[in-house]
Amino acid sequence: MTAAVFFGCTFIAFGPAAALFLLTIARDPLRVIFLIAGAFFWLVSLLLSSLVWFITVQMSNKNSAAQQKGLLIFGVVLSVLLQEVFRFAYYKLLKKANEGLLAISQEDTMPISIRQLSYVSGLGFGFMSGAFSVVNILSDSVGPGTVGIHGDSQHYFISSAFMTLAIILLHMFWAVVFFEACERQKWWSLGTVVLSHLLVSCLTFVNPQYEGSLIPTYIILSVMAGWAFSCAGGTLRNLKLCLTCKDKDFLLANHRPR
Amino acid sequence: MGQESFKWFPLLVVSLFHTSVRCSSVEQKIYVELNSTVPCVRLLNATHQIGCQSSISGDTGVLHVLETEADLDWILSTGPHPPYMVVMEAAFFTRSTMVKMKNSSRVAGVAVIKSNTGPTEGFSPHTSCPNQNTGVYTEHYGPELANCNNTVWNPLGNGLSYEDFAFPIFSLKDDNQTQVIRKCYEDHNMRMNGSAPQYPLCAMQLFSHMHAVTDTVTCMRRTDLQNSFSINPEKLCDPLSDFNVWTSIRPLNNSIKGHKENESVVIAAARLDGRSFFWDIAPSAEGTVSSIVTLLAAAQALYPVALEAPPQRNIFFTFFQGEAFDYIGSSRMVYDMENSKFVIDLDNVHSLLEIGQIGLRNGQSLWMHSDPVSRKNTTVNKQVANLVANIKSVASSLNLSLNEPSATQALPPSSFQRFLRVRPVPGLVLADHQASFTNRYYESLYDTATYLNVTYPSDLSPEQQLEYETEAAKSLTQVATLVARSIYKQAGGEDRFLNNITADTKTVAKLLYGFLIMSNNSWFSSLLPPEALGRGSILESSPPQYYIGLRLDNTVKSVTRFVQFILANMTGTVTKLNQSQCQNPKDVPGESKDLYSYSWVSGPVSVNGTTDPYCVRSSVHLSKALSPAFELTDYGSREYSTWTESRWKTIRARIFLVASPQLEMMTLGVGVAVLLVSLVVTYFISSKAELLFSATREPPNTTY
Repeated sequence: MTAAVFFGCTFIAFGPAAALFLLTIARDPLRVIFLIAGAFFWLVSLLLSSLVWFITVQMSNKNSAAQQKGLLIFGVVLSVLLQEVFRFAYYKLLKKANEGLLAISQEDTMPISIRQLSYVSGLGFGFMSGAFSVVNILSDSVGPGTVGIHGDSQHYFISSAFMTLAIILLHMFWAVVFFEACERQKWWSLGTVVLSHLLVSCLTFVNPQYEGSLIPTYIILSVMAGWAFSCAGGTLRNLKLCLTCKDKDFLLANHRPR
Repeated sequence: MGQESFKWFPLLVVSLFHTSVRCSSVEQKIYVELNSTVPCVRLLNATHQIGCQSSISGDTGVLHVLETEADLDWILSTGPHPPYMVVMEAAFFTRSTMVKMKNSSRVAGVAVIKSNTGPTEGFSPHTSCPNQNTGVYTEHYGPELANCNNTVWNPLGNGLSYEDFAFPIFSLKDDNQTQVIRKCYEDHNMRMNGSAPQYPLCAMQLFSHMHAVTDTVTCMRRTDLQNSFSINPEKLCDPLSDFNVWTSIRPLNNSIKGHKENESVVIAAARLDGRSFFWDIAPSAEGTVSSIVTLLAAAQALYPVALEAPPQRNIFFTFFQGEAFDYIGSSRMVYDMENSKFVIDLDNVHSLLEIGQIGLRNGQSLWMHSDPVSRKNTTVNKQVANLVANIKSVASSLNLSLNEPSATQALPPSSFQRFLRVRPVPGLVLADHQASFTNRYYESLYDTATYLNVTYPSDLSPEQQLEYETEAAKSLTQVATLVARSIYKQAGGEDRFLNNITADTKTVAKLLYGFLIMSNNSWFSSLLPPEALGRGSILESSPPQYYIGLRLDNTVKSVTRFVQFILANMTGTVTKLNQSQCQNPKDVPGESKDLYSYSWVSGPVSVNGTTDPYCVRSSVHLSKALSPAFELTDYGSREYSTWTESRWKTIRARIFLVASPQLEMMTLGVGVAVLLVSLVVTYFISSKAELLFSATREPPNTTY
């Protein structure tokens, strides 16, 4: 549409992720490194799944729309599964890396905890996933036209931006829950993460009924946010204390020497 | 093998993936690209710029179809969504409408839907007095005849081609694409019960950014600067140029330029070009093709008799290119003659007969125009009267009526005027109009075959149409015979051979078909060299266009090539040289590259698709038709043509929907709000992180 829409959609899609990066990750070089490595792992998983999809499409009958649709669904499912496999692979790599880092570091303590690593890697996955989802749409939103001359919905850009926002945050929450589940050997949690990822991805097939895909996605987002919050060590009590600004007394009462 | 091949495999597959991926499908959801668009481009001369210009990133406007006067008011004053992109039927493309749009800031561009026939009252975007500043009539020579004081030659001329528009103007054909535009307009932009249409609205964007500005002097100065100082020079404009075609009955030594002793030459001239408002569109049926065809047929009729019984003087057939733009071709030939750079010079010229517009005769008389100012001299007057008498005597035997207009009438715009500027050569211009042009569509895109009544019954195949003799062909054949016999007589040929000179109606019919309907026919392709056919063929399945254009890599325009090879076929001889000898006949005894030109032509296609090329020897030559102003680098010249055409990068058009500015601003607002809220919340969470995430008891040797 124009520069206004371009900036608006960019801020919507990447605003929270950029805020998280700037305020929590940017200062610590180790976190930045793990974030970028996480993004790279997601990229490799996408490459593999797109390779498989491309080969199957070349071998298929290009004229049959039903077959192409079936192949697309297959591609999406495969991609989700591969992303989760790579998340698990990254988890394993991080465990190994942490031991190695501990061995060579001068201090006794681990420089970065698994929980922080899960948050950072999830955000890395999210950044890369969001970039691939939305950057080509953003580049077309700069021009003077908007979607609709062939009858598509006008809200294409803004819906894509909101969906990308949800996906980035979801990747972060999934990673937190996933790593926690791997640490505690809670396999059903793992399964739920994979299933919810599949659900969100398959909801996009409902488009252009944007309400049909966005609303359930945001519901899942809030559920996952709550779950990740509790995995990360938060409780309702802490939250209430925080919000009512009674934290100063609490901290003093719980003060421990470091 | 093994490891190495395994490493290469993903690379190969990735590269395959890259090459076969389509371009952005989001773009396909938004834009509909319009192909086959014809723009109006910018032309510059010594003092002005004319034509149209868009901004560098295209001009966008909300579509509005102009069908009634109320629509015009909507566009110019009452519509709530300016600027508008006007789509108009050809009937509205008039001077008054365009001037109103030019002065309005609410018009982003215009797209004109071409109709097959012009408005019945006529339409000519050219000026009413063509080439008035570079003709022969000035304040020193026939001031009462200058600037069309005496006769307005093109009274229907509204001068639109010579206006300078700040917005792009494109021409659209009335086909499926235009239906898409209309449908988009009807779906989104129509007014419901007098209220304004709601967003999203259908819009169009036109790209036709021209690099040159102001005038030729500025543009050439900037180009010269670029050429001198820039590593990668960017040319801004190019002078209009091409080639004139000339041939002589008795061959002349082309390697020796300047005055030829004992040569007295009668010149028969016609013009090769035309123009219209839009770029590279110029069907020019009456304006140009009628004279080309007549002169070619006359050359064919005259040549065998002139060989058998040579007349006293030599006869020169010449076709001038670029006459629509201040006489580029003829001014260059006269300049070369003056400066001994041409095969003959002005002392060799005995008289001149020019063929003007003669296609709309409709069985009535032809008119012989002459210049009254030069005829005030008795010698010149006697010679002109002699020429008139010669032609009249020929005409009486052909049952053609010929008249002279009033003795004080000026000479119409013609190449002959450039000869007169330098020397009072006796000459005539033959035309079908007594005073103003009969052509109601002079230099416009409606001057087509249909206007000249060159139409064929629909059940004929293209090859049958090629041979079919229309009424127009018969009429032009008569004129061609008249011209051929008059030239022969004027050149001192004997009267007893006159009856052997007859133009062939079949040839005229084939010429009319090739020049007006389809150049890709069997006759034309048999006359052209093999490299002009095949992949980069200059033959098309549409009529050739007669706009002079540019010569970017020294190629010759297709029409010039056609005339050159047709003339070679008609006035040349077939030789037995093979291809290498044909290209270089220096060592072949009896052949001379100075006197003749040799061309290797394809020949007719036989039944099994093969051709049998042969070498044609003729005296047909091309001479450069570039205005002397560019040779003298006098870009601000008032003497010679200084027309240049601007360069451009992209010419395209597309349609799409636009959203309301309020919606766009709201999107930006929501984005900024999300960003700010997320920054605040993140700051809040990160500052309270120890508290929020303190529920689990990590071992003391873990840091947060």
